[in-house]
Amino acid sequence: MTLATAWFRSPDFVNALYIVAFTLFIIGLRGLTGPNTAVRGNKIAAVGMVIAVVATLIGEGPSGIPVINSAEDAWLILLGLVIGTAVGIPAAVKVKMTAVPQMVALFNGVGGGAVALISWAEYRHALETGGNPELQVLIPILFAAIIGSVSFWGSNIAFGKLQEILPGRPIQLPGQQFINLALLLTAIGCAIAIATGSESEGLFIGILVAAALLGNLVVLPIGGADMPVVISLLNAFTGLSAAAAGIALGNTVLIVAGMIVGASGTILTNLMAVAMNRSVPSIIAGGFGGGGGAAAGPGDDHGDRTVRSTSAQDVAIQLAFARLVVIVPGYGMAVAQAQHAVKELTRVLEGKGVEVKFGIHPVAGRMPGHMNVLLAEADVPYDQLKEMDDINPEFPRTDVTLVIGANDVTNPAAKDSPDSPIYGMPILEVDQSAATVVLKRSMGAGFAGIDNPLFYDPKTSLLFGDAKESVSEITAEVQAL
Amino acid sequence: MDLLTELAILVLSAFVGFEVISKVPNTLHTPLMSGTNAIHGIVLVGGLLVVSEVSGVLSKVLLVIAIAFGTINVIGGFLVTDRMLAMFKRKPDPVKEAADQTGTEDGK
Repeated sequence: MTLATAWFRSPDFVNALYIVAFTLFIIGLRGLTGPNTAVRGNKIAAVGMVIAVVATLIGEGPSGIPVINSAEDAWLILLGLVIGTAVGIPAAVKVKMTAVPQMVALFNGVGGGAVALISWAEYRHALETGGNPELQVLIPILFAAIIGSVSFWGSNIAFGKLQEILPGRPIQLPGQQFINLALLLTAIGCAIAIATGSESEGLFIGILVAAALLGNLVVLPIGGADMPVVISLLNAFTGLSAAAAGIALGNTVLIVAGMIVGASGTILTNLMAVAMNRSVPSIIAGGFGGGGGAAAGPGDDHGDRTVRSTSAQDVAIQLAFARLVVIVPGYGMAVAQAQHAVKELTRVLEGKGVEVKFGIHPVAGRMPGHMNVLLAEADVPYDQLKEMDDINPEFPRTDVTLVIGANDVTNPAAKDSPDSPIYGMPILEVDQSAATVVLKRSMGAGFAGIDNPLFYDPKTSLLFGDAKESVSEITAEVQAL
Repeated sequence: MDLLTELAILVLSAFVGFEVISKVPNTLHTPLMSGTNAIHGIVLVGGLLVVSEVSGVLSKVLLVIAIAFGTINVIGGFLVTDRMLAMFKRKPDPVKEAADQTGTEDGK
């Protein structure tokens, strides 16, 4: 029996399986970068995960004890796996596509939470068996504790905001930046105290608590429009904390997988920030959209500029006799769950020989690529969805642009008025088209609280009401023509 | 494994991550994020590794929670990504020559 079990328990065999696992992760991720290979890529990565878990179960822990050492441990592991499966499967299968951003935030949070808990247990274990471990293990444990805890709590707040348990508008305390800095210094201070020789579980819990408060306070003031950046940043954080845990445990698959996620999350975060022309630190500093210093005081100057409101029937006539219609969706489409109605409108218009394209801004919605997912759910083929750089040259030859629940990403002030808080942000140049119809719930300013000159443009007309109902009415009118 | 080897692996993995991800169309940003999100569920492995080493009720409880969290992350992440990706389709019928460069596509 000992001989039979010896070969697959050997670290070499387990490590070889780890190499297979992370190779599959990399191949899978490469698949995820193209629409035709993505489904398979995701499955390949999942196979890699199964291999990594199985390899771990048959192998040994960092100090040479078999991972399944006793019946009790086996039951504990099984318990954890069963609870996780029982929660994870229904959550993933039942979630509506409009709720995917918060689900991703939640899955990300539990990942970070797992890292924080593992580092805590590992530190307790070290204290019980002879004090602080050597620095090359201790420092990654401390790092994993800080980042994991920030990521867990930050993701939970992001979930709360997206699920609308918490208000989406920025919540700020007086002296917010100062408090955040103090919390960060507390966490790092406790970590340094441990690293320089203090052996105290209290200090370690201090790290976890300070980082937890920091995670809460950093995400609370961030407005919903900045959520794409926050979610990708927290995703990167969890990856980095997993890589740190990997160094502490001397485990290659954790290091490789964690770091790849850390790197890819960083890239996505950067893409999102560039798409908003804002730096990541300024987004983290938060508070954008508090209103305050916006150049044009919203509400005040409606008097001298008028908006032209229109009816579903007029819009239907405009659309039906157009050659090219560009639809620009935003978060409002997600809120109203209007994606299926939009697809139906597209189908009817195409039946009348109108060419329909979608202009998708990279940060439209609450998650990178949010609009693409919603429209895909409604069976809009992805080659009809145009990225900003591809659709902008098309606006001058567009007859009608239909803006559905988008605001700031179409705001010409970003190009024209250097005083505007969003000046310099790349936008969809909707104002270049021959006519623009904006579907809006009411005449409120956009999420960022910034006035949008597009609405006062003489070529623009507004159709007020719930996006889904408005689109359905337009569709009915087009069919009746 | 010694620290320098681990750091070497760490740095190389970062570059692999940057290389693999650097050119992703907007369409796939959400599935990509959700897919990488599932992959960092690999922390599950970390929980498994230490469960037999620690002693004491609190440590064991912490790790069972960690394993449950990691499992939610992995299973939920891969399933949601799969559901999303299953929805992405090409244009079914190229009736109009609207489809730009993909002229040969015949998705009937």
